[in-house]
Amino acid sequence: MTRIPSAAILEKAANERILIIDGAMGTMIQQHKLGESHYRGLRFEDHSKDVKGNNDLLVLTQPEIIEEIHGKYLRAGADLIETNTFNAQRISMADYHMEDLSYEINLEAARIAKRAASKWSAQTPDKPRFVCGAVGPTNRTASISPDVNNPGFRNVNFDELREAYKEQVRGLMDGGSDIILIETIFDTLNAKAAGYATLDVFDEKGVELPVMISGTITDRSGRTLSGQTAEAFWYSMRHLRPFSIGLNCALGAELMRPYIAELAHVADARISAYPNAGLPNEMGEYDESPHEMACKVDPWFADGLINIAGGCCGSTPDHIAHIASHAKKYKPRVLPVIEPRMRLSGLEPFVAG
Amino acid sequence: MTTTNAAQSFINVGERTNVTGSAKFRKLIEQGDYQAALTVARQQVEAGAQIIDVNMDEGLLDSEKAMSIFLNMIASEPDISRVPVMIDSSKWSVIEAGLKCVQGKAIVNSISMKEGEGPFLEQARKVLRYGAAVVVMAFDEQGQADTIERKVSICERAYKLLTGKVGFPPEDIIFDPNIFAVATGIEEHNGYGLAFIEATRQIKEKFPLVHISGGVSNLSFSFRGNEPVRESMHAVFLYHAIKAGMDMGIVNAGQLALYDDIPADLRELCEDVILNRRDDATDRLLEAAPRFKGESGVKAKEKDLTWREKSVEDRLTHALVHGITEYIEADTEEARQKLPKPLHVIEGPLMAGMNVVGDLFGAGKMFLPQVVKSARVMKQAVAYLQPFLEEEKRASGLVEMPPKGRILMATVKGDVHDIGKNIVGVVLQCNNYDVIDLGVMVPAAKILETAKREKVDIIGLSGLITPSLDEMCFVAAEMEREGFSCPLLIGGATTSKVHTAVKINPNYNRGQAVYVLDASRAVGVVSNLLSDTERTPYIDGIKAEYTKVRAAHLANEQRKQRITIASARANKFAIDWKAYTPAKPSFLGPRAFSNFDLASLVPYIDWTPFFQTWELSGRYPQILSDNKVGTEAKKLFDDAQALLRRMVAEKWVTANGVVGFWPANSVGDDIEIYSGEPRHTKVATLHTLRQQIARDPSRDRAHTALADFIAPKETGVADYIGGFAVTTGIGEDEAIEKHIAKTDDYNRIMAKALCDRLAEAFAEAMHAKVRRELWGYAKSEKLSNDEMILEKYQGIRPAPGYPAQPDHTEKAALWKLMDVRDKAGISLTESYAMWPGAAVSGLYFAHPDSHYFGVGKVERDQAEDYAMRKGWSIQECERWLAPVLNYDPVSLNQDKVA
Repeated sequence: MTRIPSAAILEKAANERILIIDGAMGTMIQQHKLGESHYRGLRFEDHSKDVKGNNDLLVLTQPEIIEEIHGKYLRAGADLIETNTFNAQRISMADYHMEDLSYEINLEAARIAKRAASKWSAQTPDKPRFVCGAVGPTNRTASISPDVNNPGFRNVNFDELREAYKEQVRGLMDGGSDIILIETIFDTLNAKAAGYATLDVFDEKGVELPVMISGTITDRSGRTLSGQTAEAFWYSMRHLRPFSIGLNCALGAELMRPYIAELAHVADARISAYPNAGLPNEMGEYDESPHEMACKVDPWFADGLINIAGGCCGSTPDHIAHIASHAKKYKPRVLPVIEPRMRLSGLEPFVAG
Repeated sequence: MTTTNAAQSFINVGERTNVTGSAKFRKLIEQGDYQAALTVARQQVEAGAQIIDVNMDEGLLDSEKAMSIFLNMIASEPDISRVPVMIDSSKWSVIEAGLKCVQGKAIVNSISMKEGEGPFLEQARKVLRYGAAVVVMAFDEQGQADTIERKVSICERAYKLLTGKVGFPPEDIIFDPNIFAVATGIEEHNGYGLAFIEATRQIKEKFPLVHISGGVSNLSFSFRGNEPVRESMHAVFLYHAIKAGMDMGIVNAGQLALYDDIPADLRELCEDVILNRRDDATDRLLEAAPRFKGESGVKAKEKDLTWREKSVEDRLTHALVHGITEYIEADTEEARQKLPKPLHVIEGPLMAGMNVVGDLFGAGKMFLPQVVKSARVMKQAVAYLQPFLEEEKRASGLVEMPPKGRILMATVKGDVHDIGKNIVGVVLQCNNYDVIDLGVMVPAAKILETAKREKVDIIGLSGLITPSLDEMCFVAAEMEREGFSCPLLIGGATTSKVHTAVKINPNYNRGQAVYVLDASRAVGVVSNLLSDTERTPYIDGIKAEYTKVRAAHLANEQRKQRITIASARANKFAIDWKAYTPAKPSFLGPRAFSNFDLASLVPYIDWTPFFQTWELSGRYPQILSDNKVGTEAKKLFDDAQALLRRMVAEKWVTANGVVGFWPANSVGDDIEIYSGEPRHTKVATLHTLRQQIARDPSRDRAHTALADFIAPKETGVADYIGGFAVTTGIGEDEAIEKHIAKTDDYNRIMAKALCDRLAEAFAEAMHAKVRRELWGYAKSEKLSNDEMILEKYQGIRPAPGYPAQPDHTEKAALWKLMDVRDKAGISLTESYAMWPGAAVSGLYFAHPDSHYFGVGKVERDQAEDYAMRKGWSIQECERWLAPVLNYDPVSLNQDKVA
């Protein structure tokens, strides 16, 4: 097993500075006000189902738009950009009858992101850029029954998830991703399947990429949708020996802070955080300004909690540029040495001894 | 680390959600009452279990399924799932099924080097990838470690493999250096407690990050029934083991005695046993045990010699029951002089005494070690008599007294537990049976080879862990294959009469498998089996008993929760017929479709079952990129495409079909078919079967029959039904003969498989044509092929013989109505199978609420009703419905005769 060459460069960069990850893709796509025919392009003119809203499909039908968005985030100062593949595995793609495009979408998405990142790496050689192959949660949960009357029932299982994720990771790697980013985890069992799949594909290819993991604490209860606390979540994912662990989505920076602190306290991996631009208003829009958001993230940097920061829903290149300018002033969090103990979890953590 | 801290950091793993440890939990799981089983888990957590051990290793249980369901259920109970789970099984497949259901970081219990380094490393890598900690048993290719040296060296070897080759974090490794039963009466067992404690100390010294765990209740196995003594032993053991570094244990969290609360005298007795401090420790604890049992009036036995005043027979019995060897030779001599022959002493008073022992043990009034001691008394008496027996033989001219029989005993492959087997061996030997003990982990081949060479009369198999049950079935099948006919004894903790009768015995028809409850029964069983006069009636008795056990088991399995046909009908699938106007088909009566265009069928093929035919599992098209079978699947698929193109282009087969529509209304569970309007003349009656499964009433689900999808006569609604029969098998055999070489099995099978797929595709294509055009109730329907396979259209086309109507004979009415034989060239065999085989037939239902379902098992009341409607005798009915009967008609009828 060899490590991907960019891993050493990434490590070096992460030791020197707080890395910036890009902001929302969906928010940026919305600005283009694309219609059904844009989504379909020529290739899917006759597709049997409506595909408007299948944002991941745009890497095939509107690649220029996606590449342009990547470019804007890179210009704003992002070190890491995410491929446009949040839903690009068969389980989610089934909604559009596009299961068979899963591999191709991931491959193309990674190629597009790589193209954009390489351009900027060449322009700013002291600030190399990296592509995170983004692996989302799917639209099903392996730990939660969709039928309240039948709690033992599941509409997806570990093996199905693992297979779907393997196909996705293959595409992301073949397209040139530098990192695999398992994100917006609301059910840890899904993420464990994604992690298993990722290691399987590393085995297949004989190449290992850094893995980033980002969970989602859904509300002030401090738990994931499947009920785990942040610390328990870390113990469930720790075996992947990730490059980073962190949180994204659901919360704005203010509400996310205690859980980021919780992770920073227990994890001997880098900490990432890319919150939403506040909480949605009554119109479902995020209205936290770039300045506001950056000011709320600033204390995280000051307190040494963070290695990687960026934005999720509602954030724009402007938000990222503001966050980046704040991050510049601070040093990244120093990884703590955690005493080796058996650390297990149910919904809550359990530490032996 | 001080003792107090060590005790505080000791991890309690709750043991009650374990089917092998808790009879209550096992029953709940067997009954499928997972809700109540959850309560057991909840109580564990409330009682302070920091982790809960979940074990579903029971021979008659689908353990993988039970593990998955239970863990999924736990996931929905935050007050249980807040703690981590220990996934406990001796089967890797069960462990893996469990790992796929937990979002938390669990503990796997356990893996070992039992089968060598290869499987050990592979399993460890997977455990790591699933994100779990692991319990490693001190167990290698040679067996379970019992000495300090073996325990430590095996753990050391495992540690190096895990940390070096797998990259397993040392702090996530938990060693289980095996807690075995002490005070069993067998001398080698006396050191087991100390060996665990000392091994723990040494392992923790070498590898301070690892954990040490063990199943504590094994320790006091020989004191079953005396809970106060057991709890004291556990507390004393834990006290010392924890000091040595044991930091985790599978215990009954609600029931741990405190070391300091144990009466000082009992504590000392326990300590003597556990730390092996004196040779007579076991005897002393045994003697004192009844005192602590908590029964009133039981007093410690003084050295009471009043028994010496009784008759010699009573004295021998007393010595056997109490395991007293002091006077045995004198008493045996006295008996020898009293009785005419030395052999009479054995057959008379000594055997009588052993029978008393057997009864007391059977009734739970004697402990295992006491029985072993009894056997030793027996052995000593027999040894004393030996010279007299020899002398008598010489005098009577016999060369030697032949043993009463030769018995081979073995613990089966994969299992190392042998206490029970050793006991049985001892007891049999002192009853003058010649015992060949092959030890533990004995492969079937070795058992059979030895049995042949040594000409044994009986084979006895022992096992404690669940997988041994499968292995016993295998040995039984091998005995059958190799032509054995000697009796096969089955014993050991997980074995049971039900399992022996249901699973083992059917593998061994030449001989008889006999379940032996415990060692005390062994002599009785063996002497019956080897007696010329008793053998036949005894075996007949067992056969009869096992037949009953099987029937009861079967009935139990199936008779679960059915309701009467009357209540099922009262809860029929309700359709609002007033709101529905049936579409009138474009024609009535049958219409033939000959020589249908084959090429037009190809897009309708559902490929997933094609791969199943070839035993490649997975859904098309994902299967083509499947990790495991993808390459093979792709090759197969390419070959299939090539052959299919030829078959279609060269018209190897003819596709013929017939479709018909008729005015119809339901009457009860039947569907009446009329010649035309007005609906006066009934031309046929179709019969349907109704679901009788008992359902949770809160779920509000109907008990459906196909008749529910047709408007009842009394509604006055002019409803219709359709029927069809299609084939793509005409010319199939001839084409295969003509185009494919006789030696080319691959393509021959392929061609047949493709014909089957084409027939299914034909049915699908015809159904679409019916919906859009011939019946025309869904003229605007537009569906992709995938949607069609997913049956997203309106209406259904259920086939007789399939779940919605399991009765194949219903095809007869269709054949008559549509003249299928002449119009489509498909005939029916005497069992109502279609010929050619590549054919599909069924009914068409148009109502949008009609859907596929399974009738499931039916009760006798419905069978009787159905027989009446079909004009059958009940026997005829039971013959056709055999696979779906929820009762055993033979035993029911016998009961009626009796």
